[in-house]
Amino acid sequence: MKIIVCMKQVPASSQVDIDPETGAMKRLSADTRTNPYDLFALETALQLREKLGGTVTVLTMGPAHAEEMMRDAYTMGADKAVILSDRKFAGADVLATSYVLAQGVHVLGGADLIVCGRQTTDGDTAQVGPAMAEHLHLPHAAWVAEITEADTEGLEVQQDLGSVTQVSRMTYPCLITVDKDLCVPRLPSYRLTRATAGRPVRFLSLADLPDQDLSRYGLVGSPTSVERMFAPPEAERQVYLPGSAEEKADALFQILTSRKIIM
Amino acid sequence: MAFPYKKMTPDDFDAIRGMTAPDRVWVGEEIPNEYFRDEMPEYGVFPPELYVEVENKEEVSAIMAYAWENNIPVVCRGAGTGLAGGATCKYGGIMLSIMRMNRIFPIDRKNQTITAEPGALLIDVQAAAAAEGLFYPPDPGEKTASIGGNVITNAGGMKAVRYGLTRDFVRCIEAVMPDGSILNFSSNVVKNTTGYDIKDLVIGSEGTLCILTQVTLKLLPAPTCTCTLVMPFGSLEECADMVPKVLELPFVPTAIEFLERELIDIVERNLNKLFPVKEGNAVLIVMYDASSKQELDSAVEAAAEAALANGALDCCIAGTPERAASVWAVRGGILEGMKADSVAQEECDVVVPRARIAEYVKAAKKIALSHGIRVEPCGHCGDGNIHTEMLRGPEMSDEEWKTATHASLTELYALSKELGGQLSGEHGIGNGRIEFLKEFVGPRMIELYKAIKLAFDEKLILNPGKVITFEPEEEI
Repeated sequence: MKIIVCMKQVPASSQVDIDPETGAMKRLSADTRTNPYDLFALETALQLREKLGGTVTVLTMGPAHAEEMMRDAYTMGADKAVILSDRKFAGADVLATSYVLAQGVHVLGGADLIVCGRQTTDGDTAQVGPAMAEHLHLPHAAWVAEITEADTEGLEVQQDLGSVTQVSRMTYPCLITVDKDLCVPRLPSYRLTRATAGRPVRFLSLADLPDQDLSRYGLVGSPTSVERMFAPPEAERQVYLPGSAEEKADALFQILTSRKIIM
Repeated sequence: MAFPYKKMTPDDFDAIRGMTAPDRVWVGEEIPNEYFRDEMPEYGVFPPELYVEVENKEEVSAIMAYAWENNIPVVCRGAGTGLAGGATCKYGGIMLSIMRMNRIFPIDRKNQTITAEPGALLIDVQAAAAAEGLFYPPDPGEKTASIGGNVITNAGGMKAVRYGLTRDFVRCIEAVMPDGSILNFSSNVVKNTTGYDIKDLVIGSEGTLCILTQVTLKLLPAPTCTCTLVMPFGSLEECADMVPKVLELPFVPTAIEFLERELIDIVERNLNKLFPVKEGNAVLIVMYDASSKQELDSAVEAAAEAALANGALDCCIAGTPERAASVWAVRGGILEGMKADSVAQEECDVVVPRARIAEYVKAAKKIALSHGIRVEPCGHCGDGNIHTEMLRGPEMSDEEWKTATHASLTELYALSKELGGQLSGEHGIGNGRIEFLKEFVGPRMIELYKAIKLAFDEKLILNPGKVITFEPEEEI
């Protein structure tokens, strides 16, 4: 069983300022961390490896300092780590990013299963995983809330899709993006920190990829243009219902029925 | 002697309403029953005759003067999160809530202190300090406790290993005495050898000596980085043996806690909070704070090496807020998890010298099991304060449970004493531990306690029947 986990290094703080002139995000801190959702992806992969055997390779596109994140993945139990790093990848949108990652998967000889986090905490598109699957012509399931069955042939997964819960069975090779809370990511192990201290992290550049068409990469390969960026209005709103318990219950019932939350 | 107390009349109710406001006074059946008890109803449920929410020290003073004059018992109550049955009206009378007195004054940067009224919540005091880059370390876990309650019970918590107890952070106190007079104990000074140190006597007196109306607390510069380590071991005993090894290192840990796998399973099963370390039948959780990454890394490496050298299966490193949260969420869910997993609980909160922790833990399990009780020792092993949680299964009758817990507690307290420990490390005596106190501290000490109580409150009207009892109340 060959599993690839896609990861991304994101700003450590979720608080960002947006430059009103350019619309670009201003990072408030140079500190970085592994995208929290990707830790759930790695844990999912490690649990499947424990059950079915095989290897777990972590894959990222990013600058050289992403090595720190890959070392962290080693201390959680990843077997191999690969960084796709090239100045020509800079400025990539969802399409170009997913294409680079798909190319990386080709270089690694494909995988039985690719696991991604549901989304990143900086980009928030939740599209890179499914886009990769399209580039690789793989069946995929996004926002997986639970893996209900796993064997050497395939997976049965449960997705929470808002109004419905979908259960799907997929045979390998396939790709899933996992939600948080389907497991708890294990902590980095000091034993593994010692054992993997000398283990190399593999770097791949554009020259290593099968497709050398420059129009598919980086800013040039990114059709998305950002028109405007702004902080969304506060999504949470509180309503206080006064009165006795009966009055409160009536008022709550009215609100829920008027919004068709209950019928 | 004040007992028997005056039964309150409509005239008394009107008098209290006159001193405060009618919409802040409730009497008889109007009083919600949450005010009859604290977090441990096992230690007594007592309805007050009158419940009043005060707004300032003048109201507290007027009520106390009236109660003193009329021989009416008064119990001061904060957020009601106590675990010893302390803030309950054992003899009826007035329950006086200070929760409306919750102002937090601007931080005094020159003195590095914060002053608050007693009803301010611990979480808000901590946040006010943090907003100025400062740090109020005492953290008993229950963040919705009132700061007055924390001071009057000398709250401890898991960071006591490094920072000490609430007492270590109290600069001065303003309080109303049982007769209504208002006194200040110490002032905003670092040292004080002026007369007896009554401030330190008042801290931890469980509301039996006076009512706090304002406290000034020392603050520290906030640590800039923190890391939590989880060391899985084959057994709880090995975990306990590791504690002195951690303490021998040249880095002072902020917290050292231990958890058995069974307790982790209880939290996972009942609260759906998953623990990020699967190895080990027991885990030791060690937290370090530091002012630089370099200092933190050195501490982490030294502790991890020591763990592996002493039989730990591994040492797992929670170096980010999310990772640390996944560890502490399970630790913080213990009380709730146990409540969901058993019919009733009894807790023994002894503190033993740190060098004797392993001995205590080993013997405590045997004692409880010999009385047929499921027992889960856990807690602040960095300071020797072991919470020995006893859980009642559905098969036990009331009588069996009562007999078995009483017998276990008697033996556990004797064990603690034999090991050079104390009866309570942080929960206090309240109403729940009185019966064991006399035996533990001996008759001469009880005389001293009584003399102290009488020096403050010769009419015995303030939180009577708690910590120390007087004849003929003992008959009741």
